[in-house]
Amino acid sequence: MKKNFYTIITLCALAVALGACHNDNKVVPTPSDPNTGKVFSIPGDQVGRPGIATVFVGAADKENFNVTIPSLMGPLYQTKFQTQLQALNGGAYTKNILGLDAAGFTGVLATDVLNVSTTGKTTYYDGTNVLTGRNLSDDVIDVSLILIFGGPTGGSNPTLTSDHVDHNDKPFLTSFPYEAAPW
Amino acid sequence: MKKTKLIIASAAMVFALGGGILWASDHADAPNVKGKSTDITDLYVFQGANTDNMVFVGNVQGLMSPTTTATASFDENTMIEFKIDNTGDNVEDLVIQCVYKAGKMYIYGPVKPASTGLSSTVVGTASVVVPVTPYGSSPVIATSSTGIKAFAGPRDDPFFFDLDQFHKIVGGTASGFNSPGTDSFAGTNVMSVVVEVPKTMLNSTGKLGVWLQTKQNH
Repeated sequence: MKKNFYTIITLCALAVALGACHNDNKVVPTPSDPNTGKVFSIPGDQVGRPGIATVFVGAADKENFNVTIPSLMGPLYQTKFQTQLQALNGGAYTKNILGLDAAGFTGVLATDVLNVSTTGKTTYYDGTNVLTGRNLSDDVIDVSLILIFGGPTGGSNPTLTSDHVDHNDKPFLTSFPYEAAPW
Repeated sequence: MKKTKLIIASAAMVFALGGGILWASDHADAPNVKGKSTDITDLYVFQGANTDNMVFVGNVQGLMSPTTTATASFDENTMIEFKIDNTGDNVEDLVIQCVYKAGKMYIYGPVKPASTGLSSTVVGTASVVVPVTPYGSSPVIATSSTGIKAFAGPRDDPFFFDLDQFHKIVGGTASGFNSPGTDSFAGTNVMSVVVEVPKTMLNSTGKLGVWLQTKQNH
């Protein structure tokens, strides 16, 4: 009897080692992670700042822009973005409210990475802080329109520099997960 | 006035030539991702309510009606990955990987990636696993022992824009925006992943560069 008991224990221990002792509730194997090592090699979409691909990237480049790593984007896209920016402004783009000219502004935009500060206020642009993150409530469209159409003072083309939708259709939450419940 | 008209005409031409009238942050930005589980709508990165933390929001599958949302789900074959550069070279030093499996979102990192670039391998085991919140339910939130919070599920699209009026402007049938405008994204939802991490995990000297990628395993 005793011998049988030890035999069972030994077999069970062996089975545990092989990961097959399903009957012993006291042995809880470490849950394996179902995704560890899984490879995702087919690129899909890619986004840094809002609206860049849709505004500045031409139809012929839309797929390529999504699969170009950011460290290579600058030289590939700056000139194209500058051409697009000038085209949007009838060739009359001078500077924006940040003091950047067409080359300077598109030089920033062409590397599509969202700049984030870890030491201070995060905002896309609040009149003081520039590109230190992106809050849910940031009116990124108006910021973009002002930088594209507003000229050096932000006062040019006043009918084009704000869509006059300055907040979301639902209030955001003050705590995690911050976004509003779905409709 | 003349200048404005010229600008609008130029804009209309450019957008028409560009073939992409839809300016919706990144919603449906390219044919290969439009209408798919890989279609990113927006990336948000901001300080948490606890300012020692940073919040990463990745939204996909935009422009969903409530009816569509009720049956929407994440895709087990799609990774949603936050890329984080903390050295200023626009190459990721850390990643936060989000992979859906059997009703739960597995969040990996922030961790050094196995390799940089477009192809990604799931690194290690999940930092936190959160059940996907069903449509109509209160948000299910999971928190790891290391202080990482996670949420995954449908949310209201936080993006807002009078896209319809913008269409009219670039189409040449309007000379400017209305005041007040109308939010074309009102009443639409996205599938969202929200991950809040202690800033100390980001190895930052003060500045990060962040971008969001989706990718599939077949």
